[in-house]
Amino acid sequence: MASLKDMRNQIASVKATQKITKAMQMVAAAKLRRSQDAAEAGRPYAQRMAAVIANLAAGVSGDGAPKLLVGTGADQKHLLIVATADRGLAGGFNSSIVRAAKARIEELTREGKSVKVVAVGKKANAQLRRLLGERLVGFFESGKKPSLETAKEIGEGIAARFEAGEVDVVTLFFSKFKSVVTQTPTAKQLIPASVGEGAPVIDLKGAAYEYEPDAESILEALLPRNLTVQIFSAMLENQAGFYAAQMAAMDNATRNAGDMINALTIKYNRTRQAQITKELIEIISGAEAL
Amino acid sequence: MAEKLHFSLVSPEHEMFTGEVDQVDAPGAEGDFGVLAGHAPFMTALREGEITVHNNGTLIRYRIQGGFADVTPEGLTVLAESATAV
Repeated sequence: MASLKDMRNQIASVKATQKITKAMQMVAAAKLRRSQDAAEAGRPYAQRMAAVIANLAAGVSGDGAPKLLVGTGADQKHLLIVATADRGLAGGFNSSIVRAAKARIEELTREGKSVKVVAVGKKANAQLRRLLGERLVGFFESGKKPSLETAKEIGEGIAARFEAGEVDVVTLFFSKFKSVVTQTPTAKQLIPASVGEGAPVIDLKGAAYEYEPDAESILEALLPRNLTVQIFSAMLENQAGFYAAQMAAMDNATRNAGDMINALTIKYNRTRQAQITKELIEIISGAEAL
Repeated sequence: MAEKLHFSLVSPEHEMFTGEVDQVDAPGAEGDFGVLAGHAPFMTALREGEITVHNNGTLIRYRIQGGFADVTPEGLTVLAESATAV
């Protein structure tokens, strides 16, 4: 049985942990608000981009269409971009993204397709490295704040691999920030570009579009940028989702620590009381014996 | 008062400007151009340069680093690689 001093120490240590989790929760809450704003501010660009591409894609079809838009026609070599956060202590946030990606990898492998993975975020790298080994072909850090430069680097890397014929299909895995309480791991196909999803078709009122220089070259310039933007917005969503998940996880941890402190305090008081009672009984029975 | 043009300038990080204006001048890949309300549907790549927004006699300038301009009957949308107010 633990001595009273041991129990006091245990309570103190749980209290210290609770202070830490409480602080982390508050920090995450503050950062959540900022990254949520950033995620929302980034949406108009991504949406307009999608609308513009959908618009263009409708006009460009057939053999002349850029490969980034229509794909290579093959479905053999897959590249998965798995984006998580750099840090943990956010409940199942990172694991759920990685789990979704792993399920996809297994499915593709079973179908006899080749799979390569680019990890974005330290957690994705750490969790996938052992499983994939050589097939993990790239790793980027998410960084403290999603940066457009990183997204651009990743996007250009993908485009280069695609041009070189190393990949046919590119899919991006990230966590969609639905609300503070729900983040859903999502797979989004980048190449061939999935256009027209939710993008409103613009009514030209009978007029014809005029392009400068021409539709194909605009589309060719636009598509690589679209990769960057998609990755960037995935990073923004991830960031917001990460802080939301961390806030929830730390809130739980704080509450659990509180419960633990209560239980331990009750136990401590009971033990103390029992000891006093025992001592009293000893004194009384000693006095009676006289 | 003439009809107004709906203009929005968005960069990947945020929406820089959105609202009704008189005229927007932008640096197109094949030459600068101005857009007024009721412009024909038009799309172009943009080079590095300045976008000037004319509204009620005042001018607002933005420096952009390339991007795209899309004119539809609904208005003008500029997708800028990066934009800063000057």
